[in-house]
Amino acid sequence: MISINHYLILASALFVIGFTGVILRRNMLIIFMSIELMLNAVNLSFVSFSRFLGNLEGQLASFFIIVLAAAEAAVGLAIIVLVFRRRGSVQSTELTQLRDLNDVD
Amino acid sequence: MSISLIILFPLVGAILNGSLALFQATKKHKVPESLVSLIGVLLPFLSFGVALKLGIPFLQGREEPLEQSLFSWITAGNFHVEAAFMLDRISVVMSLIVTGVGSLIHLYSTSYMKGEEGFARYFTYLNLFLTFMLLLVLGDNLLLLFVGWEGVGLCSYLLIGFWFDDPAKAYAGKKAFIVNRIGDFGFLIGIFLILSVLLPGVSSPTSILKFSYLSEHVSLLTPMAFLITLFLFIGATGKSAQIPLYVWLPDAMAGPTPVSALIHAATMVTAGIYMVVRLHFLYDLAPQTLHIIAVVGTVTALWAGLIALTQNDIKKVLAYSTVSQLGYMFLGLGVGAYSAGLFHVLTHAFFKALLFLGAGSVIHALSGEQDIQKMGGIRKKIPITFFTFFVATLAIAGIPPLAGFFSKDEILWQAFHHGHKVLWLLGFMTAGLTSFYMFRLVSLTFFGKSRLSHEAEHHLHESPWPMSSVLIILAILSAVAGFLGVPHALGGENWIQQWLHLEAGVHEAHGEVLSLERNLAILSAGWAALNGFFAMLIYLRFPAFPQKVRQSMRALYQLLWNKFYVDEIYDWLFVRPIRWISQVVLARGIDQGLIDGGMVNGSSRVVSGLGGVISVLQSGLANSYALYFLVGLVGFIIFLVVF
Repeated sequence: MISINHYLILASALFVIGFTGVILRRNMLIIFMSIELMLNAVNLSFVSFSRFLGNLEGQLASFFIIVLAAAEAAVGLAIIVLVFRRRGSVQSTELTQLRDLNDVD
Repeated sequence: MSISLIILFPLVGAILNGSLALFQATKKHKVPESLVSLIGVLLPFLSFGVALKLGIPFLQGREEPLEQSLFSWITAGNFHVEAAFMLDRISVVMSLIVTGVGSLIHLYSTSYMKGEEGFARYFTYLNLFLTFMLLLVLGDNLLLLFVGWEGVGLCSYLLIGFWFDDPAKAYAGKKAFIVNRIGDFGFLIGIFLILSVLLPGVSSPTSILKFSYLSEHVSLLTPMAFLITLFLFIGATGKSAQIPLYVWLPDAMAGPTPVSALIHAATMVTAGIYMVVRLHFLYDLAPQTLHIIAVVGTVTALWAGLIALTQNDIKKVLAYSTVSQLGYMFLGLGVGAYSAGLFHVLTHAFFKALLFLGAGSVIHALSGEQDIQKMGGIRKKIPITFFTFFVATLAIAGIPPLAGFFSKDEILWQAFHHGHKVLWLLGFMTAGLTSFYMFRLVSLTFFGKSRLSHEAEHHLHESPWPMSSVLIILAILSAVAGFLGVPHALGGENWIQQWLHLEAGVHEAHGEVLSLERNLAILSAGWAALNGFFAMLIYLRFPAFPQKVRQSMRALYQLLWNKFYVDEIYDWLFVRPIRWISQVVLARGIDQGLIDGGMVNGSSRVVSGLGGVISVLQSGLANSYALYFLVGLVGFIIFLVVF
């Protein structure tokens, strides 16, 4: 029998994998995909709670997140395209102008 | 007509002249001296008129004091102070001296200060001084007296440093102010002690510091009377130039000469005597303090008299003689003869003001020369100055029947009569010294051959009428003021003592005592005359003799010439250590080290150090920010779970 714990463990695993990607990868496209992974992990937990509690509000939340993720993908990809045009690179290590200036000189 | 008018008139004068002085300073537009003189002289005279009008009933026998309350000044718990004035017989004497002699000196100043840069400023300070001095003598409580006390100190400072672009004169002003402040500290402690005794005993707001309240409740103060009177007397040693705080007065001669006459001879320096007389009911409870006062007064009189023997600056001689005469007054107070002390204040105000103004007239005539070794033989050229100066010299030396004889002899007699034989002997010797150095001064200044420079000789002239008329008036007063207090032994009634009736139970002396008093009076008159005669003989007939004495007693002469090295000793004992502490400990250690280095720069260094550590975290890399996010989140969850 598949219980809610299995779904939650899978969702957590997906979330941690996504977060690890955000922290470790330097390519902004990959970071973006990792964020999508985290969002979908959350979706998964929402939907499974909804199913097990017999309450539709969880599904409602997951639709919101899907819409949000789509909008975010549109804006984020646009930013990445513009960054690539200007810099010729989408590495996050290239975009550290906001660091402490004392280190510059 | 009310008491406050006496104080108001000079205050108005100070404000008007002050505005004129400011106007002149800011607009660079010369204000006519005649206008300033008119304001500056008229208002003190008006004040004198009011004082006279209010004082006459007292002179005719009025007993109960005149009071006027303006407003309640301070109320804090049960502590209450009223801004109120009181005129009784003591303050009638004082206010008449202050306004009378003060007005004359204002008149004299119009001529003496003519053409001076700060003419309006000078009269502002002078009028302001009168205001504060009158506040001091007319205030009906100790706190108002203290306000006046501080105010006259301030005006004295401003006037000593009147020519403040000369550093030496500015320094003399500072010295006077600081030395006075040391005394004022004692005065304040005295007031606090009175409060600490009386304040717990009242249950509703009461004017505790009012003189009438103090005299009614004086029995409560008995246990603390010694300390209270001692601390108040420390205040008096500052203001009235007694050992150990007399050192400022000789230096105060840096100010214009009329200022020396008004503030540092006739009025301000008598504030300490006035305070003791005003609180005589309190001092009566503390015989030890009275004894200290008598000893300090006598020693100061002798000490300053010795220094005056060798000085060559005409104003310095007079300054030390002032210190010496103030010592006499304290001797009088110390043996319980308050009225004799106050009587000497009165006569001294006349003849010492006259001496200073006479000296001013001499200096004026000689185009600024102050060294008596460079004077001589000018009595025929400036006859009015000479004559009036000579009258004042006779008065201060104690030659009968001039004023100084009666007042000084009364003090000496009281000292003798109350059994202070040693103090009497010292005072008697000082009387001889006084006579000697005063006649030395007169001989060197006015008699003998002229030692003037050619320049000065050429410009020699008698002073104009505002100066000479003041000299004449004061000479008349110096001559006749003594008749207010002719003792019984010499066939008088001692009117001023009867009128003031400050001493408890004055016994009618008779028989042997009277003849003893008469004999002593004759003795001291003879002693004064003898010393004066010797001084004139030595300095006129045998001018080489002082030179010989000087050489044979070189060490002693050096000691006196350098004023017993008191200034140097104070410099070593107090000024240098304090300056060292200020520079090394306070400035370099505390200010630059602790405050600048530790607190100001230190706090910025701590902040910038911490910032350096934390700024390492600000890498600009979005990934690491996400990691901090995680750390924070985990920390937050742990916090929630654990607590």
